[in-house]
Amino acid sequence: MDKRKTLKVLITAFCLIVLSLFFSSVSDSAEYVIPKKFTTPPPPFTPGIFPCSQCHQGMPADKKPRKLEQMHQEITLRHMPDGWCFDCHNADNRDKLRLANGKLISFGESYYLCGQCHGTVLRDWKAGLHGKRTGQWNGEKEYRLCVHCHWPHEPAFKPLTPMPPPVKPSDIK
Amino acid sequence: MKKIIENIDGINIDRRTLLKGAALGLAGTALPLDKADASFWDAFFQKHFREMTEKDLKKVLERLEKEYEEKHKKAVKVGAEKALPDVLFGYGLDLSRCIGCRRCVYACVEENNQSLDPQVQWISVLRFKKGDKWMDLENSEKYYNPQQVPEPGYFYMPVQCQQCENPPCVKACPTRATWKEPDGIVVIDYNWCIGCRYCMAACPYGARRFNWGEPKRPPEKINPNTHYLGNRPRYRGVVEKCTFCIQRTRNGRYPACVEICPVGARKFGNLLDPESEIRYAIEHKRVFRLKEDLNTNPKFYYFFAYGK
Repeated sequence: MDKRKTLKVLITAFCLIVLSLFFSSVSDSAEYVIPKKFTTPPPPFTPGIFPCSQCHQGMPADKKPRKLEQMHQEITLRHMPDGWCFDCHNADNRDKLRLANGKLISFGESYYLCGQCHGTVLRDWKAGLHGKRTGQWNGEKEYRLCVHCHWPHEPAFKPLTPMPPPVKPSDIK
Repeated sequence: MKKIIENIDGINIDRRTLLKGAALGLAGTALPLDKADASFWDAFFQKHFREMTEKDLKKVLERLEKEYEEKHKKAVKVGAEKALPDVLFGYGLDLSRCIGCRRCVYACVEENNQSLDPQVQWISVLRFKKGDKWMDLENSEKYYNPQQVPEPGYFYMPVQCQQCENPPCVKACPTRATWKEPDGIVVIDYNWCIGCRYCMAACPYGARRFNWGEPKRPPEKINPNTHYLGNRPRYRGVVEKCTFCIQRTRNGRYPACVEICPVGARKFGNLLDPESEIRYAIEHKRVFRLKEDLNTNPKFYYFFAYGK
């Protein structure tokens, strides 16, 4: 009788160990994925500019930092000191952005790129705190990408013209 | 012993009967007997909102829709969605982001059918000098009007109804025309409000507004999706205020001010849901509530997300 009991205990313990191993491996593989409870509108490209490969295809990549003279002169980088196009853009496949670790991401996921430096902001953004939300408070939400409000080459939020002040009680006829 | 007065016609009326008759007669003159149409009398004898049966409510909503269509020349849907179960609404406003652009004020006016003339606005954006005595409400500026905002050296704080858990305005109302709903929204029944403005005197946040004149709004600017306790067209002589856009939020949508805010300073959600963004703000950021010392227990949380 006692033997059977110990056997039962052993079997249960074994099952539990196997199960826990299985679940831990699952959670390991899910480490990179941000659970998506939201949708984002497409990135705000200048019309006709994307895909970048339509011009850059077959053009040799000059990776030396320099002043641009033929194209994109309108872009002045006021983001980080000594910054350069290929800090974020990918030289070999222009339709992608490049993280510091070499991983290529699409323009629609540019928040990973911004999050490399602005980690606390990315954390708040994912939680729904940083940035604008529209949609359902209890359901499907639409987030904005960082670049919808912050032009990535000059990210400071631009001042706005305020709406008119309320009528003063003394001005009411 | 009754004192009998005998008059020349020989009719004997005692003093008490005469007085009773006179009182009834006077009361009768106060009744608007010239109004013959049935809808007026339905409105006159309308029950309190919380005592209405489903049938009563349906009749009232139909009557209001008919009234509004006649008055505003536009079909207006008056809903009465009930509070959702296990929901307590909370609002967050990030003072480190607000730039004082007043987009919220006007989005609110559009959504909630406030009067354009005389002007009624539910949100006041206050401007404070940075580094001055903290939160000196008396010296805050409501009428600032620069070319561009934010102005250097100033910060902005929008104030609207704080949806108190312990609302002083509700206690002040003599007709019980205002009360707190189960989802935490303090509402007003415009058909029960007698316009005494006691609630306005009781509110420490100056959040309530009074319709001093007949509210004016052109038909094309009337939002036809309304709620009985929210943005349905109002009357002269009633009090109104922010209801967290009850007509939107009870259908799962964000309030209009949240959706318009260009800097995303406004947050909204269910305080009972640990996953909601408002809970995240309360748990992770520096939060305060306006005039906390008054024990009104507001559900409107001001916070600073940007803190270095």
